[in-house]
Amino acid sequence: GDCAVLKRGDVFKAVPVLRRRKIIFEKQWFYLDNAIGHIYGTTFEVTNGGNLQPKQEVEETTTETKEAGTDNRNIVDDGKSQKLTHDDIKALKDKGIKGQEIVQQLIENSTTFRDKTEFAQDKYIKKKKKKYEAVITIVKPSTRILSTMYYAREPGKINHLRYDTLAQMLTLGNIRAGNKMIVVETCSGLVLGAVMERMGGYGSIIQMYPGGGPVRAATSCFGFPKPFFDNLHEFPLSKVQSLLSGTFSTETLPSDPEDNALVEEESNGLTEEKQTSLQDTEEEPATEAAMEITQTEEQETMDVNAEDVEFKQNKEKENKENVREKQIKQFERRKKLMETAALLREKNADGLIVASKFHPTPLLLSLLEFVAPSRPFVVYCQYKEPLLECYTKLRERGGVINLKLSETWLRNYQVLPDRSHPKLTMSGGGGYLLSGITVVLDKGKSDCSNSEALKMEEPSPKRCKVQDLHC
Amino acid sequence: MSFVEYGDMIKDGDTAIVFLGHESMFPVKVQHGTVTQTKYGVIRHSTDLIGKKYGSKVTCSKGGWVFILHPTPELWTMNLPHRTQILYSTDISIITMMLELKPGSIVCESGTGSGSLSHALIRTVAPTGHLYTVEFHQQRAEKAQEEFREHGVEHLVTVTNQDVCKNGFGVSNIADAVFLDIPSPWEAIGHAKSALKAEGGRICSFSPCIEQVQRTCLAMEEYGFTEINTLEILLRVYNVRTISLQIPDLGNAAEDNSSAGFDSSDPSNQGSPCSNLQQGTVQFKSGVPLREMVGHTGYLTFATKS
Repeated sequence: GDCAVLKRGDVFKAVPVLRRRKIIFEKQWFYLDNAIGHIYGTTFEVTNGGNLQPKQEVEETTTETKEAGTDNRNIVDDGKSQKLTHDDIKALKDKGIKGQEIVQQLIENSTTFRDKTEFAQDKYIKKKKKKYEAVITIVKPSTRILSTMYYAREPGKINHLRYDTLAQMLTLGNIRAGNKMIVVETCSGLVLGAVMERMGGYGSIIQMYPGGGPVRAATSCFGFPKPFFDNLHEFPLSKVQSLLSGTFSTETLPSDPEDNALVEEESNGLTEEKQTSLQDTEEEPATEAAMEITQTEEQETMDVNAEDVEFKQNKEKENKENVREKQIKQFERRKKLMETAALLREKNADGLIVASKFHPTPLLLSLLEFVAPSRPFVVYCQYKEPLLECYTKLRERGGVINLKLSETWLRNYQVLPDRSHPKLTMSGGGGYLLSGITVVLDKGKSDCSNSEALKMEEPSPKRCKVQDLHC
Repeated sequence: MSFVEYGDMIKDGDTAIVFLGHESMFPVKVQHGTVTQTKYGVIRHSTDLIGKKYGSKVTCSKGGWVFILHPTPELWTMNLPHRTQILYSTDISIITMMLELKPGSIVCESGTGSGSLSHALIRTVAPTGHLYTVEFHQQRAEKAQEEFREHGVEHLVTVTNQDVCKNGFGVSNIADAVFLDIPSPWEAIGHAKSALKAEGGRICSFSPCIEQVQRTCLAMEEYGFTEINTLEILLRVYNVRTISLQIPDLGNAAEDNSSAGFDSSDPSNQGSPCSNLQQGTVQFKSGVPLREMVGHTGYLTFATKS
C-alpha cells in the first residue's frame, strides 16, 4: 500500500507497492512481492522469474596491476573490437548468467581493452556494468527524491520547476511547523507535498485550486500519515473574488451537480434550519427514484412473488441510502468550505506560495490580501517576463518590501581522482522566483521606503557596490 | 516572536529586523527604554516598537520611516554579525532539501561558525527535532550559545566545544543527517558515520576547494557511503528596470531634409506597442542582471549511509 520509488542509477520511478502487480522499470519486468518487509534503501536484483532478490555484497576483485595502455593514438574504432555478438550476449543472458559474469566476458572478448588507459578501462567497465548489472534500489519517497524524479521524467507536469528552485521556495517562504500557509499550485501536488513535509503535520495549509478540485497525484506519493491531512484545507480560486468582496456563498460550488433540493442561504455558520431542510428535501428525490424503479420493474416482471417484493424493497432502500449519502457528502463539503472561508477571512496567513501555470499577477494581487504583515511570499514562474509585470504591479500596490527576482544555477560534478570536472550536461533553466515580505498596507501612500522610489529607474554606476551584490 | 514561531506583536526582549530600504536592514534587540539610531532619526523602543504589530511602518525622529520585521533565519543570515564566512540562503536551501530535513529530524553540524546555517536548521527541525552543533573555537561556541538563548531556541540545540575530527559530535547512531563545513572534512567522515542512524542517514560536506572535495569523496566511498553526488548552486538576481533605448538616426531613403528614419508621428509606425511617443526612444521592461554576481561559494557533496 506504500508508494515506493524505484531507483537505478539516476533514474527514478514512483510505484504503488501492491502484490502480484507487474512493474516495468528500465526495460525490466518484475513483481514487488519479495521486496515487502525489507527496509528502504535495499538494493535488489531481478531474477529470471521476475522476482526481486536482495543483492549480496560482493567483494570487488582486487586489482592486480592490470595491463593498460598510455593513450589512444593507436586505438582504431572499427566496431569490430568486441568478439561476442549480439546473439552471444543474449544467449548468456538467457542462460541466467549474472550481469557481473557478462561484463567479465565482454572484457575478455574485447581486443582493445588492454590497450585502453586505466581511466578508459574504468569508464568501459562502469558503462557495461550499468547496462548489464541490473540492480534496483527501493528508496523512501521524500521531497528530494520526488522533485528530482518529476523534473527528470515529467517536467511538463510541474511547470518545469527544477528541484533546487523548489528548495529555494521552501526556505525563502520560511516553511516550517506551525505556519498557516496558503498554497496555489498546478504541479500535480508536488509543491503541496513538499510544503506538507516541511510542516510535519503542524499548522495548517489552505490550498487554492482552479477548476473543480485540486490535483494531488504527487502528494499521495509522499506517504504522509493520515493526521497530516486533518489541517489541509482547500478553496476554489473561482470563489476568491466573492470572498474578497464579501459576497461569498456556498450556493454554487465549482463542480456541483444541479441540486435544487438544497437551497442555501449565505451565512457564516451552520444553523439548525439548514439541517432540518436537508432532511425534508432528502426524502423527495429518494422516493422519486424508488418510484421510478418500481414502475420499470412492474413492467418487466409478470409474476410478483414474495422474494421479488423483498428484493425490490431492498433496492429501494439502497437507492435511498445512496442519495442520502450523496447529500451528506455535499453537506460536509459545504461545511468545510465555510470553515475554510472563515480561515481565509482572518487575513492572517503566515505566507503564500504560488507555483502554477497561470499568470502570477492576478493571483498575487488578490491572495496577498489574506496574508498577515511581515510574512514572506514566493512566486514561481517558468518564464521571467510575467514576473517582471508582477513586480511592477506589486510596487504599485504597495504593502510589500524586499522584492527579489531570481533564478538559481545548478551544476553537477563528476569527482574522481585526477578526473574531476563538471558533468557534461546541465539543466538550461529551472524557472524564476519572485519573493518578498509583506508589510502593513498603507492605503493611499506608496510603501516604497524613502530611497526605494528612486530604484525604479536604472541606477547610476556609482550606486552598485560590490558588497550590496553579495547574496 | 520566536525564531521558530510567528508572533504578531513586538515584545520586550524580541530580536526584530529594522528595514530601511533595498538591501538595507539591521537587527535590533528590543528593550524598554532603549533608543536606536538610524539615518532617518531615532527609534524609541518603548513608544515606537513595543506593542506595535510586526510589519508596521515606524516614523523616526527626522521624519523618514522604516519597517519593523519579524525575524526569520533568512533575515538573520543577511544581518547577523559575522565571526566567520557564512553560508547564505541559496546553499542553505539545497542543503535542507537534500538532507531531507523536516520537523523531528536530528541533525549534526560542524563547524557552527557564525550560526547562519544553525538557525535555519533549528527552524526546520522544530518543534520535535534537535541540532547538535560542534565548534572547536571557544569564543565562537560561546557566542553561538548566547545567540541561541537570546533567540529562544536553546531547547532545540546543543553546542559542543570540541574538535569534530578528533572527538566526533558527541552522539551516536541517532542522526538523520550530518553537515560538515570544516577545513578537513575527510577526517570527520568516520565520526559522521557513527553519529548517523543505522540506515538511510544523509551526509553533506561543503568545501570551497575541489581538492578537498576529492579527498572527501574518497573517504565517503571508503566508509561505505552511497549515492555520492557533488554539485554547486549559484544565485542569479535580476533588477526590474524600465529601459529606454534610443532609435539610431539612419538617415532617410530619399535625399531631402525631412526628419530621421523612424518618424514617430507617422501613423504607419504605431505598430510597436512599446514605442515612446517621445522622439526616437523605445521603452521596455527588463530583468537586468547585476553587474557582478557571486561566482562560487563552495562545492556541496551529498551521500547516503547504507
